Amino acid sequence: MSDKMHLKMTVNGKQEDLLVEPRELLIYVLREKLNLTGPHVGCETTHCGACTVELNGKSVKSCTVLAAQAQGAEVTTVEGLSTPDDLHVLQKAFREHHGLQCGFCTPGMITRAHRLLQENPNPTEEEVRFGIAGNLCRCTGYQNIVKSILAAAAEMNAAKEAAE
Amino acid sequence: MSIAKPLPHDAARLHVTGQARYVDDIPPPRDALHLAFGLSEIAHGKITKLDLGKVRAAPGVVAVLTAADLPGANDVSPSAHDEPLLAEGTVHYVGQPLFLVIAQTHLAARKAARLATVTYDEHPAILTIDEAMAANSRFEDGPRVYEKGDSATAIKDAPNTIEGSMEIGGQEHFYLEGQAALALPLEGDDVLVHSSTQHPTEIQHKVAEALNVPMHAVRVEVRRMGGGFGGKESQGNALAVSCAVAARLTQRPCKMRYDRDDDMIITGKRHDFRITYRAGFDDDGLLRGVEFVHYARCGWAQDLSLPVADRAMLHADNAYHLPHARIESHRLKTNTQSATAFRGFGGPQGMVGIERVMDHIAHHLGYDPVEVRQRNFYTASQQISETTKPQTTPYGQAVDDFVLHEITETLLAQSDYAARRKAVAAWNAQNPVLKKGIAYTPVKFGISFTLTHLNQAGALVHVYQDGSIHLNHGGTEMGQGLFQKVAQVAAASFGVDVEAVKITATDTGKVPNTSATAASSGSDLNGMAVQAACDTIRERIAEHLAQTHQTDPRRVYFENGKVFVGDDEMTFAAAAQSAYQARVSLSTTGFYKTPDLAWDRLKGQGRPFFYFAYGAAVTEVVIDTLTGENRMLRADILHDAGTSLNPALDIGQVEGGFVQGAGWLTTEELIWDAKGRLRTHAPSTYKIPACSDRPDIFNVSLWSEGRNREDTIYRSKAVGEPPFMLGISGFMALSDAVAACGDAYPALDAPATPECVFNAVNRGRTS
Repeated sequence: MSDKMHLKMTVNGKQEDLLVEPRELLIYVLREKLNLTGPHVGCETTHCGACTVELNGKSVKSCTVLAAQAQGAEVTTVEGLSTPDDLHVLQKAFREHHGLQCGFCTPGMITRAHRLLQENPNPTEEEVRFGIAGNLCRCTGYQNIVKSILAAAAEMNAAKEAAE
Repeated sequence: MSIAKPLPHDAARLHVTGQARYVDDIPPPRDALHLAFGLSEIAHGKITKLDLGKVRAAPGVVAVLTAADLPGANDVSPSAHDEPLLAEGTVHYVGQPLFLVIAQTHLAARKAARLATVTYDEHPAILTIDEAMAANSRFEDGPRVYEKGDSATAIKDAPNTIEGSMEIGGQEHFYLEGQAALALPLEGDDVLVHSSTQHPTEIQHKVAEALNVPMHAVRVEVRRMGGGFGGKESQGNALAVSCAVAARLTQRPCKMRYDRDDDMIITGKRHDFRITYRAGFDDDGLLRGVEFVHYARCGWAQDLSLPVADRAMLHADNAYHLPHARIESHRLKTNTQSATAFRGFGGPQGMVGIERVMDHIAHHLGYDPVEVRQRNFYTASQQISETTKPQTTPYGQAVDDFVLHEITETLLAQSDYAARRKAVAAWNAQNPVLKKGIAYTPVKFGISFTLTHLNQAGALVHVYQDGSIHLNHGGTEMGQGLFQKVAQVAAASFGVDVEAVKITATDTGKVPNTSATAASSGSDLNGMAVQAACDTIRERIAEHLAQTHQTDPRRVYFENGKVFVGDDEMTFAAAAQSAYQARVSLSTTGFYKTPDLAWDRLKGQGRPFFYFAYGAAVTEVVIDTLTGENRMLRADILHDAGTSLNPALDIGQVEGGFVQGAGWLTTEELIWDAKGRLRTHAPSTYKIPACSDRPDIFNVSLWSEGRNREDTIYRSKAVGEPPFMLGISGFMALSDAVAACGDAYPALDAPATPECVFNAVNRGRTS
């Protein structure tokens, strides 16, 4: 076993200081050391997107990111999107517009959609379809996922306008 | 009333917040151990030496088991006892488990599993359909044949004939959650198993055999799966049995989760088929006779291959009356993964065969394929009368609920088919490189397990004294929304909001002897069982209140969370409290068995299905003739879910089924090399449809006239599998586009990958 290293990162707004092996992958640190089991292990080769989290404002597949690469980083998982009292607009939209079936891809899908709407707050349907093409869903045929994201975008934009 | 409302999935809130637990998310118990298999590297041969010294010495390894170390039965087969958990001397495919590593961590187990030194006496492997036919390597003594009339004479005497052959590839399930199990040793010889399975009772049964204990010593719990699609009907047995055996031997919790590559290498997939056909027909395209030969590649063990191949034969007619038909089916044994259940269970392959024939006939005669299809439809249910008898399938079942005439007319109008077909022809006349195609295909799918005794279900319902309801049944939740639908049934029985109903994890300790959640039967069977239980408790409460209020039990109503007794009313909670205090039992079981089934699978005669589910799709595609690349431009679907229990969930099944079905026939290609190694064992090489592959325009609706003629739960229809076969329209649209490139019939094989389309275009252009 190789020597362990100190890993400091902010996860869902909380400072974490962990001892990890240099070879450990971010997904396992999140799931096994921080009990954040929203991000799932799907394919372990960056293709399915079930493990998607945000790392310093970018969507990453945490199954192929070394935990060491998150040194000093801000990490957001699906658990970080809601507050104890309220769901995030995207979370509500996925529930109300039936953007899920088995739910296994859902945390990664919502996390990716969250970043997509930061990058492009007002996407067309086509931009949504290509923007989440790195996250696989085997159940829904994607129709309701796209609907959910577009509905959330509309609601977030309306809220922004009302605030301005 | 909660029925027919488009309510969200019951666990949606848990899913969107990441709180929903799958097996791998259950907090690992202290001292849990992790398991991995060491796998065969050859397709067929005898193990001459299995040196596990390095495996045992690897860091973190606690124990290593071979077949000789197992305490009970070494078998994980769901059918024929021909599938050892760990190989016994002979190996039958690349990826077959040889030994089991028990280690401190998942990684340690996997690393150690690769350190074995195995020497083999390699035998020739039978990998392909041709090799299996040449060697007569098969399950059952010979081919099974279902026959109606005299097809040979009918074809000989017909004015037109065609014949052909097509290859239909298999399909990897790619449930997003891979196979997983966790076993906890309890006192004595008891064990609790958490499994990602569609069939908890089968897991219980196999674990009991493996531990040499009665089934009562094994409890299996399934909260949910991250997708199943048939791939968790039998393929989870190996993991659950391994965990239980390891837990027994170590007295520690044991967990096993396949890495994705291992999952794809070890587990069975959809059967690939070759279908050859001969058809005779008149000048209008009306079939006189048809003959099919099915060659199914079943892999090394029997698993569920016989009923899969049967169901392919039972769907060789799809929506069409075959006056004279002969269907011959070869179930071939090969040195590959044991092919297994997958949404449709053979039905899709059988259906592709007849749809190919319809397409080929239309091309031969120069008709629009829709016309040929409509001409060959079964008689419409509304035409059936004392003088017009229903037509029968090749296996003798009367088709008396046929609604595809109406569905088709509506869909063709809604999708503007006629105008779009003209537009496609005009486009193709002007564009030499990009060619478009459009196709309509229907679905008629038989509902019921063909193994008749499986058509039963049980439920357990408790009403607590605060009016909250605990619901349990034998079905499993894999994303299809079964729990939500069944909760809506329970809520309707008691006249309460669905929030008053708690749906609990499937548990062999609560409802015994369950059938797999398969064959689209989940809501039909469990919905009825739950309703029976709820109605029993409701009647008990009604009787009690009628007594206390000196009225007739028929004057007690349950509505809007209230109970109305004569002129009095109270909350459902108050009614429950009152019944409790009067010592009325508020707990009961419910049971249901599908009526009127009679099926002789050896003769191929009877009524295997309670009813048929219907649907139809029109799909338009464009292909690039220089590269074979293609896109789905538009899909329109009209599907019959009867009187839907939850239209939002049912539409979700239709959309997902269509995309998965189209994926099977267009992008998802499994490739084995000459040594029998699966070369497409990860999503990097196996193309699952992504969001960007979805049709640009995708209009899906449920047929508003839908109502089950049979007495099913609220007259709904099963919806899990039937929409999968709507994807055939995407494949036929590609065929239509290729047909625009030359005079020859495209004769596409499936999956019609870009390479396949490109080659077909060139064949058409050079012929």
